[in-house]
Amino acid sequence: MLNDITLGQYIPSNSLIHRLDPRTKIIGLLLYISGIFIVESYLAYAFLGAFGITVVRLSEVPIKMILRSLKPLWFIVLFTALIHLFVTPGTPIMTVGSFTMTWEGLDQGLLMGIRLLLLMSFATLLTYTTSPIALTDAIERLLKPLSRFGVPAHELAMMMTIALRFIPTLIDETDRIMKAQRSRGADFSSGSLLRRVRCLIPLLVPLFISAFRRADELAVAMEARCYRGGDHRTRMHTLAYTSLDRNAYIAVFVLLAIIIAIRIGKTCYGM
Amino acid sequence: MSITLNNVTHTYMTGTPFERTAIKNVSFSINEGEFVAIIGHTGSGKSTLVQHLNGLLSPTTGTVTVDGIDINTKKAESLAARRKVGMVFQYPEYQLFEETIAADIAFGPRNFGLNEDEVDERVREAMDFADLDYEQYAQRSPFQLSGGQMRRVAIAGVIALKPRYLILDEPAAGLDPIGKRIIFDKIKGLHEHGTTVILVSHNMDDVAKMADRIFVMHQGVLAANGTPKEIFAQRDLLKEAGLDVPPVTETLRCLKEHGFAVDDTVLDIDEAAKSVLQAVRGDRHAE
Repeated sequence: MLNDITLGQYIPSNSLIHRLDPRTKIIGLLLYISGIFIVESYLAYAFLGAFGITVVRLSEVPIKMILRSLKPLWFIVLFTALIHLFVTPGTPIMTVGSFTMTWEGLDQGLLMGIRLLLLMSFATLLTYTTSPIALTDAIERLLKPLSRFGVPAHELAMMMTIALRFIPTLIDETDRIMKAQRSRGADFSSGSLLRRVRCLIPLLVPLFISAFRRADELAVAMEARCYRGGDHRTRMHTLAYTSLDRNAYIAVFVLLAIIIAIRIGKTCYGM
Repeated sequence: MSITLNNVTHTYMTGTPFERTAIKNVSFSINEGEFVAIIGHTGSGKSTLVQHLNGLLSPTTGTVTVDGIDINTKKAESLAARRKVGMVFQYPEYQLFEETIAADIAFGPRNFGLNEDEVDERVREAMDFADLDYEQYAQRSPFQLSGGQMRRVAIAGVIALKPRYLILDEPAAGLDPIGKRIIFDKIKGLHEHGTTVILVSHNMDDVAKMADRIFVMHQGVLAANGTPKEIFAQRDLLKEAGLDVPPVTETLRCLKEHGFAVDDTVLDIDEAAKSVLQAVRGDRHAE
């Protein structure tokens, strides 16, 4: 029942994208996202879209998995597009009741929808192609310069690693407790809201107890192996950039340059 | 009256790269009053299998019937049939949640819609099963009990539903020898009073001692189905499935290999002793 969660799921493979340094992927994603917000014309979106499709193809992640991750988003995309369609002032297309559709609204709505879809599919691609451990390693490295200003980079990364590590465990646990309580006649899916909230107690109490127990055991296990925070810790896998990463950075910057050029061209010369 | 599986296949996460078929074309029948054990290596599909018996999982293809009624339909009779099958998961004490022992045991009977008098009656009976004095323990927190007691309270929570068929997944896992013996004595008692017991276990010794019939699961397939004697005679099949014969039987087999005339199909320690004694005496007479 809880098996269908795809968020934060890693699909192991050895594709070009999988082999990129996780830092490259995070920075690349951030640049791509800023690209998405710079863009205002369909031409530039064509470039962003083409880049996106190329990356998905290179990552060897089945397109079905990407679409699956977009499923929970359809409602928001549709809702945003509709709002834009009706509230943007401009040349009217037709009137439904007291609402007027406009051509400008259609334009805005479409752009907004594409924006959200690109954003979401690229962000999930990151988690599909990067193992949680690599991801937190990269975040730790990227935050490290900030530790001079008191940002606890290592602690944050360790917290993330532990949290990510325990998501599947807790999902399994929830599944098992749910099944056990269902075997005792508990019903989690029908009745009034109040009834349903009360039904969660037999699920949440055991889940919290086991989460605390696990936290306790983990702390002891870490101490037993002399864990004492980030100072002077060396790593088994040190992150290193390769020529692959250089090429990826070049590709992203070229894309950004094209997008910015299109934007400047549009605002300055009205192209 | 029986639980019958007809060609049951279950596939997890269909349509993703994580797709995995956990059980394939499993068919069998468990008759009322039997004591059946399901054995198999980790990942052999035994947990998936037993979750089909009370409708927690529905088969991807195939049917499960309890007393002749398909349990995976939306009809009321389907729900009633599912409720005849009780399920005790591994480490059931992790499912305790109520403030008092009595309230925790009453959770199931209340969900089944019994009135308060009946619920109270069931709680008293179940606490008796758990060897806990009602007056003394009913209002205590289940979290103050010892490990073995917590386990028994958790099992009592399922016993209070009075299932005709009771599934237990490794009910003695992690208990000390005394706690384990108490649990198994209780389970035997239930069986003697007419409950059909389905025991999932890794421990060949326990299985050999208690079960009337054994199912062997291997890689999602029902690899063998027979009496303990029949099953433990197939040593090679068990080895292939990642399982062992009970230590007693293994010892006798070793003795036989070294030229002692013992019976290596014996599963019980007393019988084994007799067989060894006989063999030794036989040797003396020969001399």
